[in-house]
Amino acid sequence: MAQARANYDGVVLTAPMSLPYQRFSNQSAHWWLLGCLREMLASVAIRPDEIDGLTVSSFTLHPDSAVGFAQHSGLDLRWLEHIPMGGASGIVGLQRAARAVQCGDASIIACLAGDTNQLDSFRQTLSRFSNFSNDAAWPYGSGGANGYFALLTDYYMRRFDTPRELFGKIAVDQRSNALLLEGAMMTRPLSLEAYLSARMIASPLGLFDCVMPCAGAESFLVMSEEMASQRKLPFVRIKAVMEHHNAFASDPVQFRGGWQKEQERFWHDAGSNPPDMDLIQTYDDYPVISVMQMEDLGFFAKGKAAEFLLQRDLTWQGDFPHNTSGGQLSAGQAGAAGGFIGLVEAVRQLTGQAGKRQVVGARLGLVSGFGMVNYDRGVCSGAAVLEGAV
Amino acid sequence: MAGTGKDKLPQPVKKNPQLKTAAPLVPPLRRSRLGLRLAGFAARGEFCLPFCAACDKAVWPPRDACPGCLAELDWREVDRRGELIAESVLETSPELYFRGRMPWRIGTVQLACGPSIMAHLHQEVQVGEQVEMGLHLDKAQRAVFMAYKNREGSSVNEDSQLRELTSDPKYRRVLISDARSPAGLALARALAAAEAKEIFAGVAESWRRDAVLEALEALDHVTIVPLDLTDSGSVKELAAEIGGKVDILIHTADQPRPGGLLDGSSLTLAQEMQDRLVTGYMRLASQFGPAMRGRGADGVNSATAFVTVLSVYAHANWPSYGTHSACHAAVYSLSQCLRAEMLGSGVRVVNAYIGPLEQDWYESVLPPKLDPQRLARDLIKGLQQGLEDIYIGDVARDVASRFREDAKLLEIELTGGGRE
Repeated sequence: MAQARANYDGVVLTAPMSLPYQRFSNQSAHWWLLGCLREMLASVAIRPDEIDGLTVSSFTLHPDSAVGFAQHSGLDLRWLEHIPMGGASGIVGLQRAARAVQCGDASIIACLAGDTNQLDSFRQTLSRFSNFSNDAAWPYGSGGANGYFALLTDYYMRRFDTPRELFGKIAVDQRSNALLLEGAMMTRPLSLEAYLSARMIASPLGLFDCVMPCAGAESFLVMSEEMASQRKLPFVRIKAVMEHHNAFASDPVQFRGGWQKEQERFWHDAGSNPPDMDLIQTYDDYPVISVMQMEDLGFFAKGKAAEFLLQRDLTWQGDFPHNTSGGQLSAGQAGAAGGFIGLVEAVRQLTGQAGKRQVVGARLGLVSGFGMVNYDRGVCSGAAVLEGAV
Repeated sequence: MAGTGKDKLPQPVKKNPQLKTAAPLVPPLRRSRLGLRLAGFAARGEFCLPFCAACDKAVWPPRDACPGCLAELDWREVDRRGELIAESVLETSPELYFRGRMPWRIGTVQLACGPSIMAHLHQEVQVGEQVEMGLHLDKAQRAVFMAYKNREGSSVNEDSQLRELTSDPKYRRVLISDARSPAGLALARALAAAEAKEIFAGVAESWRRDAVLEALEALDHVTIVPLDLTDSGSVKELAAEIGGKVDILIHTADQPRPGGLLDGSSLTLAQEMQDRLVTGYMRLASQFGPAMRGRGADGVNSATAFVTVLSVYAHANWPSYGTHSACHAAVYSLSQCLRAEMLGSGVRVVNAYIGPLEQDWYESVLPPKLDPQRLARDLIKGLQQGLEDIYIGDVARDVASRFREDAKLLEIELTGGGRE
């Protein structure tokens, strides 16, 4: 094993904030990010001039980046990061911010993600997502993520002989969780029968395998444990973080990701094991991606998802609580906020602020991220183990 | 329904003039500059990918360096074979072109030469099977891959997704601009054999009877129409009458005459040639182009190609036929302009390049010379394959490859490089 990674002692996450999502919004991404920042700061009684570090993740902020947003916000910053890693932005933002606080580069860092969804935002984002996509993916039916993940799911199902019921189980259980979330896009219960009989979007993906694009924002703060304690803020500690990019690039179709390469060191750093987790939050743009993260992080062997998951209850009150706020499949995909939704929910759960869907006695949680289908696969992967301070 | 493997193209029904003609939408245009390069290979039917000589592997999507060793890449013709490893039938898309054509089947092909690539799927291919890849221009005239079971199969063109990529004459109505030209009769016969629905044979001075005219009249599906390319009124009149029914226009008019500027020159002859070839092309394009441009998505028999038979010496002057080369160079240049103006309509501007034909006006030229039957056969095959640049015969292929290799060297060779 390579040289041991320095730990994250003394740095914590606090102030989880989600602005309730909206299907369409005529506001800008800036409006969503600023609103989330304002609400978050108000919730912990911190003034804007106390924030000296910022990470920003957003697709529809374009042509602005974190720089343009910094000026727009009026914040006076010692430290600034633009993190364009989609579904891995939360984990990567947390990692960068934690190191900055640990090294004294900044004292309070706001990590923000959010996007607007105007009537044509979705097509516009997809139709110019990347050079690889423009050259080699979008011209093929322009199914966007649905098309590429349909191919990925088709390959996975053939290779591992996976029943659709497995993916249905993930979607159905998450829906129960979302029914307790304010602002979730999906507000009615979902049955397995309804999942299986829903219309196809891009075979083998049906309607309930796909997320609903929407507008929204998510955020949290990173600061020293000492400061959080002084201010009496509920916080979580960071036990381990990993990121890995462009792993297994020569697999003809993606069926695994960077988590697999980091798995051993990651759990060693965490000082715990998959069965120790009280809840897990995966990046769920499609159910197969959630399964891939669980496999590659060692919750069960590759291809053995059905055996493991079909006999468990994945709801907030079950024996394997997963995506306890409903995830993107039920809450909606607010662009880059999709890379934060699980992380913010984990902080809420582990600090006992999850209200009606609180997982009783939750202390350890795993969050994982998956980002940026630049062409045919997600390039960025990340994961973190968080621990409640109770 | 896509993917059943045995569907036939629907026969076009008579158009209801009260219904709106579908707008000629096109698939996405946006490509990187590297990605655009692929269209050049697709235009002439080559299957080329970026290639790393050090790793002996092809690479996809196009990149500026090998992802294996960071070496620079070049483009090479590579093995077309691969295996279909995943598929999806898309039912929805935010792009209007595809939205109107759902369901649409795509797949991932693992190529024998290295990369896995996303492709349109021919209805005959199934996951787990060996496939061969075609590289085609789509309705946006951008290059895309299509996976086939058998590119040469007898029923290959009975596929609605492939039909979006080709200009197959089957079920379509074709106008031959000068049916009395050496290729005219051969084309009319070959188009009928390719199941063109109707062939309009353009004939100037139809009172002048000859064997070609009689042979044309004897063919099924052929309608003789009056068309004099030197007469703006004649072109306009015919366009008013049949412009909305021409799905493929094949411009065959030519007037090959030996001579250059100093040797065998005649300004009067040159002026006549220019009027017939260059201005004639402009008359034809300006009268028929607008109607074709509006019908790029008009059902199974939509307008699909504006084809011109050009001398390959449009690329570089052949002094023995110097004035003639210059006229063709002008038409070649105009065809590029027409391509830009047709972009977004789904109608392809196709050029078929030829060398000297077996005909009286080339009697003193040494062989090889092109047989008009071969011209007709290869031109139609090119349309069935969806080519944009069709090089027909040995001379055209030779000149074109020299032109691509080094245009200046070709000029030196053509203008006396062989003299001792």
